[in-house]
Amino acid sequence: MKKSRLLMIIGVLLPLGLFIYPLWNITLEAPQYPIPLGMDIHINKFADMNEFDIKNINLMNHYVGMQYIPETIPEFKIFPIVIITMTIFGLLVAFFANYKWFLAWFILMSLLGIAGMYDFYLWEYDYGHNLDPKAIMKFTNPDGTVMGFQPPLFGTKHILNFIAHSYPRLGAYFLASGMFLTFIAFFVGKNEMKKT
Amino acid sequence: MKKAINIVVALIIVAGLFSCNNGGTSNKNQGALSSSAAEKVYVAPGELDEFYAFVSGGFSGQLAVYGLPSGRLFKVIPVFSVDAEKAWGFNEETKPMLNTSHGFIPWDDSHHPDISQTNGELDGRWVFINGNNTPRIAKIDLTTFETTEIIEIPNSAGNHSSSYVTDNTEYVIAGTRFSIPIPQRDISIKEYKGNFKGTLSFIKVDPEDGKMNIKFQLLMPGFDYDKAHPGRGKSHGWFFFTTYNTEEANTLLEVNASQNDKDFIAAINWKKIEEYVNNGGGKMMPTNYAHNVYDDATHSATSTMIKEVLMVDPAEVPGAVYFLPTPKSPHGCDVDPSGEYIVASGKLSANVTVHSFTKMLDAIENKKFAGEAYGIPILNFEDVLAGVVEQPGLGPLHTEFDGKGNAYTTFFISSEVVKWKLGTWEVIDRKNTYYSVGHLMIPGGNSQKPYGKYLLAMNKITKDRYLPTGPEVTQSAQLYDITGEKMELLLDFPTVGEPHYAAGIPAEIIMKNSKKLYKLEENKHKYATITDGDARVERDGKEVHIYMTMIRSHFNPDNIEGVKVGDKVYFHVTNLEQDYDVPHGVAMIGAQTSELLIMPGQTETFVWYPKQVGVWPFYCTDFCSALHQEMQGYIRVSPASSNIELSWGLGED
Repeated sequence: MKKSRLLMIIGVLLPLGLFIYPLWNITLEAPQYPIPLGMDIHINKFADMNEFDIKNINLMNHYVGMQYIPETIPEFKIFPIVIITMTIFGLLVAFFANYKWFLAWFILMSLLGIAGMYDFYLWEYDYGHNLDPKAIMKFTNPDGTVMGFQPPLFGTKHILNFIAHSYPRLGAYFLASGMFLTFIAFFVGKNEMKKT
Repeated sequence: MKKAINIVVALIIVAGLFSCNNGGTSNKNQGALSSSAAEKVYVAPGELDEFYAFVSGGFSGQLAVYGLPSGRLFKVIPVFSVDAEKAWGFNEETKPMLNTSHGFIPWDDSHHPDISQTNGELDGRWVFINGNNTPRIAKIDLTTFETTEIIEIPNSAGNHSSSYVTDNTEYVIAGTRFSIPIPQRDISIKEYKGNFKGTLSFIKVDPEDGKMNIKFQLLMPGFDYDKAHPGRGKSHGWFFFTTYNTEEANTLLEVNASQNDKDFIAAINWKKIEEYVNNGGGKMMPTNYAHNVYDDATHSATSTMIKEVLMVDPAEVPGAVYFLPTPKSPHGCDVDPSGEYIVASGKLSANVTVHSFTKMLDAIENKKFAGEAYGIPILNFEDVLAGVVEQPGLGPLHTEFDGKGNAYTTFFISSEVVKWKLGTWEVIDRKNTYYSVGHLMIPGGNSQKPYGKYLLAMNKITKDRYLPTGPEVTQSAQLYDITGEKMELLLDFPTVGEPHYAAGIPAEIIMKNSKKLYKLEENKHKYATITDGDARVERDGKEVHIYMTMIRSHFNPDNIEGVKVGDKVYFHVTNLEQDYDVPHGVAMIGAQTSELLIMPGQTETFVWYPKQVGVWPFYCTDFCSALHQEMQGYIRVSPASSNIELSWGLGED
């Protein structure tokens, strides 16, 4: 088998790691939480970093009127279907299609990834801003607007007494390295075409 | 390029120098001159102690948990006495724990904690402790640091030679201090001699769940059985008890029980008796005692009355029991880590007597008996004597070991701890205690594996050692560094109640098993309310049951109407938190009981008798959150004749 196709196959299969490992993680540190509270975001569920963390995040957040983190969201149905579909599509491409399709797969996957991130951002924004008007504690920004509690999309941010960290987890690295491999596969394929 | 190599070589050398320096500084804690006592006991903020010390509360009836070397108090575990702070003996769940054949007993005198062992080493699963007054043995679970089992000891009085565990926690033993008529009967006290008997109870401990049951009692002559120690290693399978009042006096014991030049150590071959019992030996005797068990799943205790006990007459098990003559009303009875030496402190003797296990076996083998008492062979003092520590002090009481061939004995009258060498019996060092030391404790110092770093001496008298607090002043513990040839006094700290004995253990053995919370999904309490949707109030005649939940920062329900004067109102309160260190409390105005202090995932119950018409509040007693002060509710109490139906709510406008 051609090297480019082999690379493509590996690259297409790697994102399946998302079914085992979390995609993203949000961790909250505070003085009275020496063991931080944390939530792992999988493509199909929210999970406690340590047992009962999500319950306790909800308890903390109810003081400022934030909604409970839902048991499930529609994305948890859509994301797995997208990943499986893209895997099957990618395997077909790897075995039967021209190397140019490798790039097409990569671009499509990238667009879906960006859409996913944007969707995540929208959820986070709503989660951090759509507050209960009867919230126990209301905070305002220096300019007088209502303070939001949106965790960062990527990075670290101070929110009142908490420090929130939002970073990719192993599943995301599987996805990224898989996509990177398909990108490489395109160039390798291109070279192989030139040689023949 | 060559330059670069030189730099790398230079860096490696510098690194080497630094690591040497580090090695040097880590030695600075050795030797008394290079560091102060303060440094040795200072546990900086945020750092943790190296050892747990479980120190008995004596007449407080409880067991206090300290850290060593800091002497900081972490928790007072309620055991035999009611504790309003933790609702022990007040809430419906724990009342059965204090049940006995005499009914509910709200107090006892707790003496000798001992940690469970495996292969003669501390395993840190449970700590056992005896109640002296109304004879009982309690077991504390070291995952929850709660008392989970109490077994009453029948045919016993003054349960003092207790509660020591064998090498594999096969047994925890309980010996009677006072002999009594067995079975109890109406008899003149003057008829003591020959009619009064002492029992030594062997309580089997289930290796899996620690459940206790009295396997058998040994019916011994009417002496006082003072202290005890299991054989270790080579003497595993034996148990040793000091006795006094072998005179069998019944009045003015301070004189009449101090006449014999020698009393005895009773050596019991429990393996032999166990075999005898397993083959159907012994007689079932009618009796009555309570066995109380707390269940972590139901968060509730049950008390069962047991009606019989297996009694063994030592005369019917030849070769199982011997008496070792020992000078002058011996008190402490301690076996060294090898199991060879049995150290007896004749409290009226100037010397410490040490018996040899090997010589004892030899004397038994060769039937070198000096006589017998009630059919039990007495060995010759000289035949079993290993050695004598000559004139080490006045009033020797207790001995522990450091695992390096040294023994440490306390002297009550001369107020000191004396270090001496096993085998040569020479005194190495002595240090004052302040004052009148009773027991001492080296972590693991009564096991095969002592952790010989610290020694804790426990004093009966403190006088001028602390700020005065009126006529009643604190008892105390004193910490010594025993890593050097000479002991060094590091720290004084006050104790809860009177510290009799203590048990110490490296923190790392148990801290990893310490539970953080009770899981709601495992809560099997009959009246648990696991979800807010189940919160409710039910009436059953004059009984009202409130199924209440608590979570930051409210009760559900918080307002209740329809309660009437003359009702009996049960508050069944479940803490819905599943976060570490978030207990909630609850207290009701006018309730003739304690508060409840409820850990996450736990359910507890108290009873309130509303006696006055009105609206009465209840509130959370543990500052649980920023909105703790808002955590409250009301109960409307109507006249007994009222027709108001029960109603309840939370958050309605």
